Amino acid sequence: MAAVGEQRITYDARGLAEPNAEAPRVATVEDGRATFDAHDLTTRQINLELRRLLYEEGITDVTVLNPGAKHSLGVGILTRCRLRFEGSLGYFGLGLIDGPEIVVTGRVGWSACENMMSGVVQVESNAGSLTGAAMRGGDLVVKGRVGARTGIDQKGGTIIVGEDAGSMTGFMMQRGRMIILGNAGPGLGDSMYDGTIYVGGTVKSLGIDCVPGEWTDADTELIERKFSIYGLGDPPELQKFVCGKKLYNYDNLEPAERKLVL
Amino acid sequence: MCGIAGLIYRDGTHEIGRDLTRMLQSMKHRGPDSTGYALYGPRGHRILMRYTLADANTPRDFEFADRLRRHQAQVLDRLRGLGATVHDVEAETEYAYRIELELPAANGGEPDLKAIADRLEDIPDCEVLSLGHSLEIVKDLGDAETVSDQYELKGFTGTHAIGHVRMATESDVDISGAHPYWAYPFSDVAVVHNGQLTNYFQWKRRLERSGHRFQSECDSEIIAVYLAEKMSDGASLEDAMRDSLEELDGVFTYIAVTDDALGVAKDEMAAKPLVLYESDDVVALASEEIAIRAVLDREIETYDPYESEVLVWQR
Repeated sequence: MAAVGEQRITYDARGLAEPNAEAPRVATVEDGRATFDAHDLTTRQINLELRRLLYEEGITDVTVLNPGAKHSLGVGILTRCRLRFEGSLGYFGLGLIDGPEIVVTGRVGWSACENMMSGVVQVESNAGSLTGAAMRGGDLVVKGRVGARTGIDQKGGTIIVGEDAGSMTGFMMQRGRMIILGNAGPGLGDSMYDGTIYVGGTVKSLGIDCVPGEWTDADTELIERKFSIYGLGDPPELQKFVCGKKLYNYDNLEPAERKLVL
Repeated sequence: MCGIAGLIYRDGTHEIGRDLTRMLQSMKHRGPDSTGYALYGPRGHRILMRYTLADANTPRDFEFADRLRRHQAQVLDRLRGLGATVHDVEAETEYAYRIELELPAANGGEPDLKAIADRLEDIPDCEVLSLGHSLEIVKDLGDAETVSDQYELKGFTGTHAIGHVRMATESDVDISGAHPYWAYPFSDVAVVHNGQLTNYFQWKRRLERSGHRFQSECDSEIIAVYLAEKMSDGASLEDAMRDSLEELDGVFTYIAVTDDALGVAKDEMAAKPLVLYESDDVVALASEEIAIRAVLDREIETYDPYESEVLVWQR
């Protein structure tokens, strides 16, 4: 069994214990592409190195080797670039991003791509719960399975899941689209306000106020376009689910608000 | 928040004390209050007992040392009174002890562990942490490195182990509130839990009426005693765990372990995290993947079990 060396573990996953961390400047740059090994770096050092390369050096193609499932990597990247993580990320990876195209060759943990604004994230393996929570735009493609509450509070963009999804997928979804090619767990689309969920496999149970929707040409167009962009082959037969609008209270403004609008 | 971890080797004994320390230390941020281990060494014919005679934060008054000495003498006295032959007595700290015993067989062939636990816990402040042929529970305040150094766990070899780092929410920061919990009075059964149980008092009263005792005010202890009760009625570990999904309310991911199996259960909302790695020779599971990476430092394929799942592995 390959184990870590005999040294005492000092890695602090919170990254809070290093307020004076500096970018380690360990990346090698070749033909405008940067690569660095994150194995012996802390969370903050990895993120500072990323920022240095993207913002200070102006490099637009960065590969991070051995991220080792550390938490909070690649967060808050607000520039157009290509990032590649050779390995897995821990919790809260790739949150708050706006613009980058990211490939993760391993898996991601809970709350990946939280509040993603735009860009593309492709995860080759599985994802944890709360994937794409409060996401506002861009495409998030998870080739494996996802945990519970995927796309909770999703406000835009597209989430594509290659395999199964856990319970309460699309909980309180407000806009955007979700395409699940495998089976969906109980409570699909519970309390959703708007948006569309497509499911290829079986649905264990629908959540409150989530109902089957009517298939249109626009749906076919969307599915075919996304499948061809991400090389997912021929789309399978999908079921469509939307909000039943029984709990829909957008128009029922408070009297004071109504007066303001009128 | 709390963090839990489990490790089961299917290819013989390994340095599980060292491995579990690494796993738990990497999750220190999930709970720095206390750390606990349930370690399974090679099964011998002797019974291993771990117990404490005071808590880590019991006030050190003038009588403290005297009281410990007096109570320790009482423990040995009562053990002999129950017909036990006492072998190695080790003081791990000033208040925590490990003893190897030979016990007379009660009816059924197995020694009566309940009688021993009850008789010893009648001594003031005495708490039996674990009793079994291979299970040893070690728990104390501080992070994994601190506890592991204090109890010299780095050299512990065995086949499987579970552990817990605690962020105390429902009860005090002390040893009796720390996990793992031994499933009194069952030989070699222990539980660690991440979550909160909301029907704690119902189950506590129900189980107390059927003769079980509780060491702590901690809601997680219910799970251990609940499983023990089910198994004493003849249920397998897996069946008992499946029943718990229906009968325990709240949010939980817990790991239960016996001398030859390790199981995990998640509540119906999958509210608490668990990452799982499985191969032919090892199963590692933890609240966060970095804990698994602390013992398997390479790219591995992991996944999160779904809601209402119960998974059990045999050693």
